[in-house]
Amino acid sequence: MAEWIEACAVDDVDEEDVIRFDHGGRTFAIYRSPDDEFFATDGFCTHEKAHLADGLVMDDIIECPKHNGRFNYKTGQAKGAPVCVNLKTYPVKVEAGKVMIDIG
Amino acid sequence: MTMAKKRDYSLVGESTRRAIETGLASAEWYHTDVARKTMKELMQRTDGPAIRDTIIWFAAILGSAAGIVWFWGSWWVVPFLFVYGVLYGSSSDSRWHECGHGTAFRTRWMSDVVYHIASFMLMRNPVQWRWSHARHHTDTIIVGRDAEIAVMRPPDLIKAALAFTGILDFRYSLPTLVRQAFGKLSDDEKSYVPEMEQHKAVIAARWHMVVYAATIAVAIALGSWIPLVLIGLPRLYGTWHMVTTGLLQHIGLADNVTDHRLNTRTVYMNPISRFIYWNMNYHVEHHMFPMVPYHALPKLHELIKHDLPVPNPSMWHAYREVWPVLLRQLKYEDYYLKRELPPTAKPYRGEFHDLDITAAAAE
Ligand code: FES
Repeated sequence: MAEWIEACAVDDVDEEDVIRFDHGGRTFAIYRSPDDEFFATDGFCTHEKAHLADGLVMDDIIECPKHNGRFNYKTGQAKGAPVCVNLKTYPVKVEAGKVMIDIG
Repeated sequence: MTMAKKRDYSLVGESTRRAIETGLASAEWYHTDVARKTMKELMQRTDGPAIRDTIIWFAAILGSAAGIVWFWGSWWVVPFLFVYGVLYGSSSDSRWHECGHGTAFRTRWMSDVVYHIASFMLMRNPVQWRWSHARHHTDTIIVGRDAEIAVMRPPDLIKAALAFTGILDFRYSLPTLVRQAFGKLSDDEKSYVPEMEQHKAVIAARWHMVVYAATIAVAIALGSWIPLVLIGLPRLYGTWHMVTTGLLQHIGLADNVTDHRLNTRTVYMNPISRFIYWNMNYHVEHHMFPMVPYHALPKLHELIKHDLPVPNPSMWHAYREVWPVLLRQLKYEDYYLKRELPPTAKPYRGEFHDLDITAAAAE
């Protein structure tokens, strides 16, 4: 079942960047792509426990700060060693300047 | 940390169990505060510097190889062997390293191509070593976890001295590739290469073997040593620079701590060594922020040096400093070199990394 929650304001995330969002004991990563779209994934890397929000966004890619593992943050696809497990993604919408994500 | 028992460097042994139980494995590590905006700038990827350096590198390799072929049989070949050996047997380590991290180039395929060429030059299985290096970053110099501890305690000084000749590494690397080509990974290797990647390691080892077999065949067909002098043997005669710079990364410093300022060393070096080593002399900085490309490390160093131990001013200084520590470790393996922090630095947190730094430290 859908459970939309407010993650941040649109202006909280720079273009081609990511921020961390914690909610209910869970951690998410909220991305703003170079073409000004918003995306959301789990906040931790699937390799080890590293916050993806400390990583680097390049085009469609988030690179993990710990071992430089790469994911496509739009699809969650792991792009090769040392990340082998895909990242969970969440639906996102923007309403009245707020970024909402569906964590249901 | 004063260890009651002898260190067990196996990755599936007693130290491993203890590191996991005590939370030393996969722990949270200290990071100097750097504003996100600044860090983003430092992490930025660009192809320019690595393309320039790679062109210089390949051109120098080809040029010195041509010199070897041309002057073969005369003493004039020696300087060309010297240059070729270092470019092949030492520069490849830093290229392997940076391209393994994926930071040198922005374009991924360029990184992958250089990574595979450099892995081949080093006789390193590109799959296995990608994983071992990930472990080295997760558990830097954590005994029983880190697969890349170059000098174990108590130090084997003869082994360390022989490392400069490349003989030991050659004797280890080649049989390892042969074993892997036959489909056998050791228990240690299996402990850090995930099962789904192990077959890739076997395939990579087979490719390396194919190239070596072809090189030997060409050498026999030509009745000449030159093919082997150019492919394979530089791993022996050109390794010394890699060992000279690489040993300094962690040797003699603390182990089983979760603060890179304690277990890793930054050393100022001359520009030629820095080109060969791709700025990995800024090693504390690299370990703290592995996302920062090699060409941005000097900038990062300037930014955070107030929080780091004062770097060794030269390789010579660093070796002179560590030599008495190694001698003392022969009798007392818990002894280590304590890195002093400047007054501007945040203190080491003994409780955080379970370390009594006054216990066994060289001042
Ligand atoms: S923790 Fe993300 S790549 Fe290793």
